[in-house]
Amino acid sequence: MKISVQQEDFDLGLEVLDIQEDNRVGAVASFVGQVRDVPMTLEHYPGMTENAIKKIVEEARSQWQILDYTVIHRYGELRVNEQIVLVAIASSHRADAFAACQFIMDFLKTQAPFWKKEHHPDGDRWVNALEADDRAAERWRQLKQQQRLIKP
Amino acid sequence: MKVKVLFFANLRERLGTGVELVDVPDSASTVAGLRLHLMQRGGAWSEVLADMKVVRVAVNQDMAAASAPLNPGDEVAFFPPVTGG
Repeated sequence: MKISVQQEDFDLGLEVLDIQEDNRVGAVASFVGQVRDVPMTLEHYPGMTENAIKKIVEEARSQWQILDYTVIHRYGELRVNEQIVLVAIASSHRADAFAACQFIMDFLKTQAPFWKKEHHPDGDRWVNALEADDRAAERWRQLKQQQRLIKP
Repeated sequence: MKVKVLFFANLRERLGTGVELVDVPDSASTVAGLRLHLMQRGGAWSEVLADMKVVRVAVNQDMAAASAPLNPGDEVAFFPPVTGG
């Protein structure tokens, strides 16, 4: 059960090792996001960032079986190809691990207070929020709504 | 009533400040009231804070609506839509 907002890089292998020890774990799903195209600086809101991630993870835990998890999000100066974010979920079965991993990533994108500033050759540019990211998060809300309607 | 106000990302850059203590009139003790109070400073303030569609607000590190009430000592943050992950 680890949430970390840090400048340092992380090691996917070591992080997965940490969450797969429980005998009930039958599936680990992980996602790593990395910098593409141009270097960037990631700004965040210390304190709120950790709280926001905690809330997203708690929401995921209320919907899927999560035996253990690690969420790491980096901030500061990041070069092209450097890792930005890791979400790793350990569960008994793959369906829960996959779904929880995607859910947490989709909400990290729209709820956690991070901002990317890209360093282009012709100047710096703040990244604009994508509507596609909002839609990805919205999809989960609709799914939950539908499940509520189906379950009496 | 004093509240701590934070600005992040392009808001921080355009306003030229990341944090300040603001004395809010009691008649303006909501998120919307604080925003209007700051906009009255004119210049970049009225421009940057004008479009609430692109300005998000958190009170005490929780996302908050424009109608959210403010209390003395609250931490209020203004920032653009988030782009992490």
